[in-house]
Amino acid sequence: MFVRWSAAIAAVALLSGPALAQGTKPTDPQIAHIAYTAGVIDINAAKQAVKKARSKDVKAFAEDMVRDHEAVNKQALALVKKLKVTPEDNDTSRTLSKQASDKLAELDKLKGAAFDKAYVENEVAYHKTVNNALETQLIPSSSNAELKNLLQTGLKIFQGHQQHAEHVAAELK
Amino acid sequence: MPGRLSSTVTAVVFATMVVPAHAATIQITMENLEISPAEASVKIGDTVEWINKDVFAHTATAKGGDFDVGLPAKKSGTTVVKKAGIVEYYCRFHPNMKATLKVVP
Repeated sequence: MFVRWSAAIAAVALLSGPALAQGTKPTDPQIAHIAYTAGVIDINAAKQAVKKARSKDVKAFAEDMVRDHEAVNKQALALVKKLKVTPEDNDTSRTLSKQASDKLAELDKLKGAAFDKAYVENEVAYHKTVNNALETQLIPSSSNAELKNLLQTGLKIFQGHQQHAEHVAAELK
Repeated sequence: MPGRLSSTVTAVVFATMVVPAHAATIQITMENLEISPAEASVKIGDTVEWINKDVFAHTATAKGGDFDVGLPAKKSGTTVVKKAGIVEYYCRFHPNMKATLKVVP
């Protein structure tokens, strides 16, 4: 519990920390990179869950995650291409990726019901973190209207994912 | 004679059921994770067409199991309503998307 929360809090702090610390906002190329990275992370976690999950509901949830996040990322790629923007790697993206690969390795060691529980609880925490970052930082900081619009659609669908994950988590108890 | 009459009546009733006089197609849009209109009135025999304008796959799934229409991204799907009543339906992938069909005879 402590580990999970501290990871979530660390992620929130990182997302809202460095970029805002000196009053500098992330640029659109950085925002695009962060949003895309956040999507890839959830797709990878979901693909692991599709293989490992025991519960039918958890597996179905993971399949939903792959489907939706791939759809959003496909849109994001089409948009950056259209806008001729090159997504720019940054500290937030790097930290997210590092934490995600640690999490994948941690979950990989679990099996059956223990895996299901850990995956779903992490999904709740992860979507909370990402939604908070979208709402308080990425959306307000984005300057291109189409990018902002895509992030808003993303936020809406990810809020649904968070509720769905909370529901699945409650069912597992 | 009564036999012929009843069979004629049966044929008329049957024909009415199979080919309703005013079968219409009602279009319902799914866009930005919302179903619009959220409440639609249809008649038995009408076709409901859901148009998915999102980049996400959706479904139109009746709570009672009357229909379960898959709607890939940017595609549409249809069902013909066959019985009267209030049908609540939702998207299996995004359960926050909910709507109602009022089916009248």
